Amino acid sequence: MNWDIILGVSLESLINATMIAYALAAIGLNVHFGYTGLLNFGQSAFLGVAAYGLAMIVATFGLPFWVGILAGLGGAVILALLLGIPTLRLRADYLAIVTIAAAEIVRLLFRSVSLSEWTGGSDGLQAFSDDFYAMNPYSGAVEISTLISFDERELWIMTVGWVLVAIALLIVFLAMRSPWGRVIKAIREDEDAVRSLGKNVVSYKMQSLILGGVLGSLGGFVIALRNAAVQPDTYGTEFTFYMYTIVILGGAARVFGPVVGSMIFWFLLTFINAFLPSAIDAGLIPSWLMNKNQAGAVGYIFVGLGLVLLLIFRPQGIFGDKKEVMLDGR
Amino acid sequence: MRRAVIIFTAVLGFLFTSLGFGATSALAEGEALQGTLINANQPVAGVAIKVFDQGGTSAGEATSGPDGKWVVPLKAAGTYKVDLDTATLPQGVTVTTGRSSLTLTVFEGAARNVLFPLGGAAATGPGAATPEDEGNSQLSRILDLIYTGIHFGLIIALAALGLSLIFGTMGLTNFAHGELITFGAVGCFFLNVTVGLPLELAAVAAVVLGGAFGYFQDRLFWGWLRNRRTGLIGMMIISIGLALILRYLYLFFFAGDTRQYSAYVAQPGMDLGLISVAPKNLIMDAVAIVVLIGVSLALVMTRLGKATRAVSTNPSLAAASGISVDSIIRLVWTIGGALAALSGVMLGVFQGVNYQMGFQILLLVFAAVTLGGLGTAFGALLGSLVVGLATQLSTLWIPTELKNVGALVVLIVIILVRPQGILGRRERIG
Repeated sequence: MNWDIILGVSLESLINATMIAYALAAIGLNVHFGYTGLLNFGQSAFLGVAAYGLAMIVATFGLPFWVGILAGLGGAVILALLLGIPTLRLRADYLAIVTIAAAEIVRLLFRSVSLSEWTGGSDGLQAFSDDFYAMNPYSGAVEISTLISFDERELWIMTVGWVLVAIALLIVFLAMRSPWGRVIKAIREDEDAVRSLGKNVVSYKMQSLILGGVLGSLGGFVIALRNAAVQPDTYGTEFTFYMYTIVILGGAARVFGPVVGSMIFWFLLTFINAFLPSAIDAGLIPSWLMNKNQAGAVGYIFVGLGLVLLLIFRPQGIFGDKKEVMLDGR
Repeated sequence: MRRAVIIFTAVLGFLFTSLGFGATSALAEGEALQGTLINANQPVAGVAIKVFDQGGTSAGEATSGPDGKWVVPLKAAGTYKVDLDTATLPQGVTVTTGRSSLTLTVFEGAARNVLFPLGGAAATGPGAATPEDEGNSQLSRILDLIYTGIHFGLIIALAALGLSLIFGTMGLTNFAHGELITFGAVGCFFLNVTVGLPLELAAVAAVVLGGAFGYFQDRLFWGWLRNRRTGLIGMMIISIGLALILRYLYLFFFAGDTRQYSAYVAQPGMDLGLISVAPKNLIMDAVAIVVLIGVSLALVMTRLGKATRAVSTNPSLAAASGISVDSIIRLVWTIGGALAALSGVMLGVFQGVNYQMGFQILLLVFAAVTLGGLGTAFGALLGSLVVGLATQLSTLWIPTELKNVGALVVLIVIILVRPQGILGRRERIG
């Protein structure tokens, strides 16, 4: 049982690129779910469209990196429009079903054989991140104490990722204290009241969907560049469910909620996933109870359990305000 | 340095399991075509089998082993053409149906069994090997798709009816309904393969267990949440959490591969004129139709059915007129659990048992329910048949792997033009 490694990877996951990607995705989702009260269950599609936009532009069509970034952002905006036009007039549970269906459509299209000429099918695409890492100013790995170390690639993506997180948080903070943000929060509380004040609710919801989708798509870039690959099944519906867990854990409708939520989520999940296999190796967990193959499932059982318990006993999460969490049906 | 390597491997291994690769890429694994060649109860070895995809390019080949078994792993779900090289069959042995080339659909994550019935040459009439003419085979393909569509639609309908009743009576969009389906399939597998009961008995027991699972889920969990006055959206997200817990519990106990029941795995089809259908499918269809009609009639004719419809129309008014809303909801959960379990058993016979089979079909069930109109029982039946037929018939024009996309697009289009669904009422969609 090597506590150094277990603790090391757990601590790393407090600040590493994976956590940043989920934090960005959750910041976007927080705009939808936390502030506007939109039950968007297709957030993973925004990340997928952004990641594939970048990867396809660079790897399939051979265009420059920045064109890929623009294409990814543009893709997220278009997806928000496509998703929003038919669904934003509907009640919350319809919206949930349609967005989850749309996200599955996007994933199935990415992994389909007929489009594999452009998307690479279920293998996905690689070789699009060279331009990004060519900009890397770091030249060596950094070790913080003996537990944590990041190589130069991870450092570079982390630096960019944290800058993006900071920008995203600033945008959300400024947007939500502006008059626009007050309308958005009012829509969450009572749509009809806002409508009776002469505001165009659908238009505001659409703007929120676009803003949250674009913020989330930044997470798609981070995850694609971190892996130097895109793979369709990364962007499945479970991805969205983890984002919800993160948003609710940190506290919905709080600026820093998603970031803190993502840190705690990944710290705990990484710890469980690193601890269980080595505890089985060390004989701390008897083999009749669990073998190493089964250990992988336990982390997800805890994620589900955490989500259920949070919603029952503390729906406002760590920082949230119970009055601000939209959990009642209309 | 060594520590760095260890940490790096640990991080890498962890990433693969945690980024959802481990979770969702199981979808990509396990697709295969397989079969066992048997002639007069003796395995036939050394027979070459070739598999081609729709474009005609080779997707793999295999030679049957000493036990007569062959497996061709595939990269993805889709429609494949399986050719048995008759020249490699032993002297005097032929494929009795005369069809040494079959076109089959492989589902996501499922291994498909292929049956080449073999027999002595004497058993085969001289005309048996005549290839069918083109027009006839196109018509029989369409008929075959229509039949599969109805069959699949009935399986979806069983699950959709329960989902729709639960939504109607307590307003919950239950994302854990797929796990009730898997519960039936896994429970039946456990009783059938591990305990050793005959499949028919195991299926009945699994349906009873499914009903009990639904009952206790409501009694211990959802009923408690209702008493705590948890909001509907809160409950919906809780159902997602519950679905995650259950799905990974199945993975924990059942492991990630697709397994088959011990009986009726590759039943030869009965020739019904233009299409050939395995008797097991016809029996399952009959059971499904009887059950669906029974539940629908019960909803219309019996007092309890009337009470159920009263609760879904207006719970407070129903309670005021002396109906016990809680026990009605509990009854609905029991029936919903049993129906979902039956649907899971049938789905297991259809495509094998897998820990995420319910989750994979859940969106189609949602599509069916929404299509028919959320909360309406008859709408759910109608919607299911539409979804079943739409998924199957769409493969005439689009690649098989995208057939679910077809059904989901139909869902979105319907919501655009008629958001309340086919039989829904306008005021429900708000």
